[in-house]
Amino acid sequence: MYVLSAIISLTLLGLVLGFLLGIAAKYLKVESSPIVDELESLLPGSQCGQCGFPGCRPAAEALVAGKAASTICPPGGSALAEQIAALLGLELDLSAVKEPELLVARVSEATCTGCTRCFKVCPTDAIVGAPKQIHVVVADACIGCKKCIEVCPTECLQMHPIDVTLRNWRWTKPALPVASNAVC
Amino acid sequence: MLKIYLNTAELIPDGVAKALKNFLYLPFFRSFTPYSESGSDVFKRLPDFFSKPRIRGGVHAEQHKAATATQAIVTNFPLPKKLYIPLQQHVGKPAEPLIKVGDKVLKGQLLAYSQGMISAPVHAPTSGIIVDVNDYPAPHPSALPIRMIVLETDGKDKWLATKPVADPFLLTAEDISLRVGAAGIVGLGGATFPTAVKLNMGRENQIDTLIINGAECEPYLSCDDRLMQERAEQIIDGVRLMLHGMEAESAVVAIEDNKPQAYLAMQKAAEPYPLIKVIQIPTRYPMGWDRQLIRYVTGKEVPVGCRSSEIGVTIHNVGTAHAVHKAIRYGQPLVSRVVTVSGGAVARPMNVEVPLGTLLSELFDFCQVNPEQTARIIMGGPMMGDSLPHTGLPTVKATSGILALTLGELKNTDEQPCIRCASCISVCPAGLRPLDMANNIRINQLDIAVDLGLKDCISCGCCSYICPSNIPLVQYFKYASGEVAARQQAQHKSGQTKRLIDDRNLRMERIARQQHEEELARIAAKAERERLKAAQEATT
Ligand code: SF4
Ligand code: SF4
Ligand code: SF4
Ligand code: SF4
Repeated sequence: MYVLSAIISLTLLGLVLGFLLGIAAKYLKVESSPIVDELESLLPGSQCGQCGFPGCRPAAEALVAGKAASTICPPGGSALAEQIAALLGLELDLSAVKEPELLVARVSEATCTGCTRCFKVCPTDAIVGAPKQIHVVVADACIGCKKCIEVCPTECLQMHPIDVTLRNWRWTKPALPVASNAVC
Repeated sequence: MLKIYLNTAELIPDGVAKALKNFLYLPFFRSFTPYSESGSDVFKRLPDFFSKPRIRGGVHAEQHKAATATQAIVTNFPLPKKLYIPLQQHVGKPAEPLIKVGDKVLKGQLLAYSQGMISAPVHAPTSGIIVDVNDYPAPHPSALPIRMIVLETDGKDKWLATKPVADPFLLTAEDISLRVGAAGIVGLGGATFPTAVKLNMGRENQIDTLIINGAECEPYLSCDDRLMQERAEQIIDGVRLMLHGMEAESAVVAIEDNKPQAYLAMQKAAEPYPLIKVIQIPTRYPMGWDRQLIRYVTGKEVPVGCRSSEIGVTIHNVGTAHAVHKAIRYGQPLVSRVVTVSGGAVARPMNVEVPLGTLLSELFDFCQVNPEQTARIIMGGPMMGDSLPHTGLPTVKATSGILALTLGELKNTDEQPCIRCASCISVCPAGLRPLDMANNIRINQLDIAVDLGLKDCISCGCCSYICPSNIPLVQYFKYASGEVAARQQAQHKSGQTKRLIDDRNLRMERIARQQHEEELARIAAKAERERLKAAQEATT
C-alpha cells in the first residue's frame, strides 16, 4: 500500500510539474534576439575564443548587452569593429584596435607523417591530404585558428605570417608629423 | 596658354593684360578653349569663361624637359649581358611562358603567350639563350619578386623572320586587332592596358573620335615629344591603322603647347589625311589624364564608373600608335621602347631606345648617373611615377622615364598644420576635397573618405604638389585606397570562410547521419539474423 501511494503521488507530482513546465516553456519563451543573430553572422564564426567568450554567439550576446566593446574580436580587426559599431550605433575608438597579425599554418614536408589528424580538425577544410601522404595547407582558406597545430603529433605544422606579394602589398599610412598639433 | 596671352598683349597694354591673366586664373573663371593658330581676342572669349570649364583643376608644374627634349633619341644603347623580362608588364593576367631554360631564341620570338581575355604576350627583346625563369624583384615601390624570364644576350641581335604586310588596309579590322594583340602591344603611356582589347571595345561601341594623347604632361619626360618630332609619319600611320582597326573615322592628336616642334612635325605628317586633326592644348598637369583630355577635346564628360568608349571616345598614346605601326607594317612585336633618363643626378640626360628588360643599373651607367647625388629613383614621371628602392630592376613596357633626382629636386617634407587655404580643392582635377578626405583617413574613418569620393582620386599628386603646408595628401589617398581594397578582400574572405565552415558542418552532419543509419541497419540485420537462427533452431 505504501509503495502504491508513493508511486501515485510521485507520478502526479511529475505530471503536474511537467504540465507547468510545458506551459512555462510556451508562454515564457525567450525569443532569440534578431540583433544577436545579425551580429553573430558578422563575426567570423570560427568559435576561436580569442575574445574571452566561449564562442561567437556568446560574444554577440555580450555585445548586445553592452558588456563588450565593438573592438572585441581580434581576428576581425578594425573592419569588423566598424561594422559592429555601425550596427549597434556605437561610438568607435579605433586607436585601441590592433590590426590582427594574420598568420597561416604551413606543413613542413620533412616531418609530416600523413596521420590525417590535422585534416580532420580543420574547420574550413583548408588542409588537403590523404593517409600516409604529406598534407598541405591552402593558405587562402586558412583562418589561422591553430586547431591543427594542437593535434599534430610531429609538430610539423607551424604558424607563419602571410607572404607579402604584389597582390597584397599596400602603401603604409603616412606618419604624423612630430609636432602632433599639426592636425588640420 | 601663355601664347594666348602673348597674343593678347599686342592688343592691350601690358599691365591690363597681366591683370586679366591673373583674373582668368582665378578658379571660377578657369576655362579654356582649344588654342588656334590664328590667335584670338580675349574679349571674344569672355562668355566662355562663365560657361562650364573645360579644364578642371591641375597645376603648372616646372617643366624640366629642356635637357632631354632638344636631343635626338639615342639608338646605340649597348646591348646588356642579361635581360630580365617580367611576365606581367600589363594590366590583366600574367603571360604564361612557353620556353624552357636553355632554349635559344631570336629577337621577336614569342616567349610567353597571353592568358585569358585581358592579357598580353611577351617577346624576346633580342637574340640569346634563356637562362632562368624565376622570381626577381619587380619594378615596383616594394621591389617584391615577380616571375621573370632571364635572357642572356648573344650580341647578334638577330630578328626572327618577320612578315611585312604590303597593304595593311586590305586586312580586316578584326585582323588588325589580332595582330596588335599578338605583338604584345599595351598602352605605352603608362596605363599598360592591352591595346587589342581597347581596339575591340572601340569597334563594339562604334567610336566616333579617337584621341591620340601626345600631352606628356608629366615634368621631365620627353620621350613622346621626341618620338613625335622624329617619327611623326610612323605615328600618323599607326593612327590610321588604329582607326582602321576600330572602324572609326576621325582622330584628334592632342599635343601640349610646350612642344611646338612636335606639333609642327605631326601637323605636317597628318596633312594628307583630313580626318586626322592635330591640335594644341594648354600645358597643364594632368592634361594627359584621359578624362581631362576627353573633356577638353570633345566637351563630353565620362560618367563615373564608365569607360570612355561608352561615350564614343577612345584614347591611345602616341607611343602606342608608333608600336602599332611597327607591328602591322613590319610584323615586329613590342620589344623595345624609348625611355627618358633625366634628373639632377644624371650627367648625360637623354631619350634612349632600350630593349625591354634592361636593368636600371645599365641604363644609369650609360647615362652616367651619380649615385651619391641620387636621392630618389623614380620610374615614370615625378608626379605619378613610382619611387624605386634600388637599380636592380628591369625596364618594362610601362617605363616612360627613369629619373634620378637630387635632394634639391624633391619636395620639402617638413609638414606643417593645414591652413585651410583650399588650394588642394581648386587644383584637384577630379573635383574632390583632398583636405577633408585626408583628415578622415588620418583618424581611420575610411568610410567617410570613400563617401567623399576617395575612389575617384586618380593619385595625380596635384594636391600634394600645391599644398603650402607640405601635407602628404596623395600618400594618404594611396594608403586609404589600399586599405579599402584590403578590407574588401578581408570581407570576401570571411564570407568564403563562413561558406567553408557551413559546408564542412553539413558534411559532418551527413556523415554522422549516414553512420547512424548504417549502425541501425547493422543492428536490424543482426536482429534479423538472430531471429532466423532462432526460427531455424525452433524448427530443428
Ligand atoms: S590554422 Fe590549421 S586548422 Fe585552423 S584553419 Fe588554418 S589550417 Fe585549418
Ligand atoms: S597532423 Fe601533422 S603529421 Fe599528421 S598529417 Fe597533419 S601535418 Fe602531417
Ligand atoms: S592645400 Fe594643404 S594647407 Fe591648403 S587646405 Fe589643402 S591640405 Fe590644407
Ligand atoms: S591626388 Fe586625388 S585628391 Fe589629390 S588632386 Fe589628384 S585626384 Fe585630387
